[in-house]
Amino acid sequence: MQTKTQQVNKYYFKTRRMFLGMQGTDGLLYKLLIYGLLVGIGFVYLYPLLYMGVYSFKSLDDLLNPLVNWIPTQFYTGNYEQANTVLNFFSTLMETLYVTVLPALAQTAVAAVVGYGLARFDFRGKNMMFVLVLATFIIPPQVTLIPRYIFFNELNILGSLSAFLLPATFGQGLNSAIFILIFYQFFRAVPKALEEAAQLDGAGHFRIFFTIALPMAAPAIIISFLFSFVWYWNETYLAAIYFGDALTTLPLQLQKFVATYQQMFPAEMGVSGGNQLNEGIKMAGTVLSILPLLIVYFITQRWFVEGVDRSGITGE
Amino acid sequence: MKRLGNNRNLTGLLFVSPWIIGFLIFTAFPLLYSLFLSFQEVKITTNGIKTNFVKFGNYQYAFTVDGTFVDRVLTYLEEMVISVPIIIVFSLIIALLLNQRIKFRGMFRTIFFLPVIIASGPVIKELIDQGITTIPSIEQYAIYQALNDNPDGFFNGILLYLIKNLIVILWYSGVQILIFLAALQKMDKQIFEAAKIDGASNWEFFWKITLPSLTPMIIVNLIYTIVTYSVFSLNPIIEHIQKNMFKVDTGYGYASALSWIYFLIIAGSLAIAVGVMTVKRKKKYT
Repeated sequence: MQTKTQQVNKYYFKTRRMFLGMQGTDGLLYKLLIYGLLVGIGFVYLYPLLYMGVYSFKSLDDLLNPLVNWIPTQFYTGNYEQANTVLNFFSTLMETLYVTVLPALAQTAVAAVVGYGLARFDFRGKNMMFVLVLATFIIPPQVTLIPRYIFFNELNILGSLSAFLLPATFGQGLNSAIFILIFYQFFRAVPKALEEAAQLDGAGHFRIFFTIALPMAAPAIIISFLFSFVWYWNETYLAAIYFGDALTTLPLQLQKFVATYQQMFPAEMGVSGGNQLNEGIKMAGTVLSILPLLIVYFITQRWFVEGVDRSGITGE
Repeated sequence: MKRLGNNRNLTGLLFVSPWIIGFLIFTAFPLLYSLFLSFQEVKITTNGIKTNFVKFGNYQYAFTVDGTFVDRVLTYLEEMVISVPIIIVFSLIIALLLNQRIKFRGMFRTIFFLPVIIASGPVIKELIDQGITTIPSIEQYAIYQALNDNPDGFFNGILLYLIKNLIVILWYSGVQILIFLAALQKMDKQIFEAAKIDGASNWEFFWKITLPSLTPMIIVNLIYTIVTYSVFSLNPIIEHIQKNMFKVDTGYGYASALSWIYFLIIAGSLAIAVGVMTVKRKKKYT
């Protein structure tokens, strides 16, 4: 009799352990819950992308056919051809890279210098400056937009890259405060010993910075550059105002997609279908405009997601 | 020795000098100039810019005549009050999930961070136009229809807004997840073991140890969320400011006044949010 209860107990505990685990964190139920949540939320995150991808391959017939939902009946690339001409993809891509990579480089460089200065030196007014750096993050760009616009107009650099490059070179670009903070945290976390040794050997501060500190800061440099690049790429508000019609970027072209399309392919009266702009073409345009970023992201994603803890944004 | 100290002082200043110069030229001066403009009527003539002092005229106009602005500010505040807590709580939950010992952690992190990369104004707008930002096929459910039939009630309005924009709201939380995750990973494992030995359950551990130690990060994320939410290019207030900037009858002066009002609103919301968090935190420890 007793053995039977023991037996039952044994099985009971075994199954219990299997489902709930020893510590409450490694049981099957718990795991199921976590993976379920992650997959579910992940799906919600990816849903718009999937939708975009699928619709961009749908021909007009598939779009109109209510039975065709997730899998297009044929591999149709006509949407991409049209979106490509509307966006003028390759030349726009080159222009976008031109107006995003250069400011991002300038911003990263100046953030490294300023961050190093803040982390390694004490000077009068440093705390004050720190507060101001953080304050620049909070100031919405709209407040400084109009005076900058007038100022750039007088310098005659509206519609040229300088309108982005100049503020970035002086640490006032997009979210510059964050990058300065990244470098500040990074250099504070790095031990000073090497630099002090170099100083004893008679190296000057600038030589130390360029030959010792900067090479060490590679993780911070990469993450700053990547974030800066992405943020400049996605910036359309300032780009539209500063660049006007002189320069354009893929997101800006996407913004004007409908108008450009109608200009290029005027709708013929009475003829239905044919030249009408449809969801498929729009989605193909959207996919094209984010595709370069997606590629960059999948190549560098390790830096994006790990860089944040490694460069110590959360140090304080 | 003192000379050396002075020298270091100067070198430090030299290192940060690009920022100081830039701050003066591109931030401090424009800030003051736009404040100046906000009290003026600005006319652009062939000889340059003519200003005419109008006292608080622009500000008065914003609150009394310009109905759209007040309207948009109110909607913005309402939506922010709803969205920001959701973003914070949601990103905390995701960070906690990702902090477990799970497989494919890298893959999940990649997915959850994806929106930061692609979420520019035009892309989001395209997605909203296509109606992909709602929960898939929500229209078929009775609740949605019931809500949609009378969108006037306060709670109905909130719920509708949430349903319609859920994905966009969730898409705002990429950076916040990473910040929480980094903080979670830095937490001392020993505390967890000690609490375990004292018989604390996971639930208690979360509320009594994890959450309080995350408070600084919650504040950081609050600031980040409010700021990015406010300056996002789809924000209707920003659009309104831009429209007035290039309008003939209102122009730079009025647009400056609007942007200053907006700035003060953002600063105010930040102060309130951070204030609430710190007061709460103090209460817990006393």
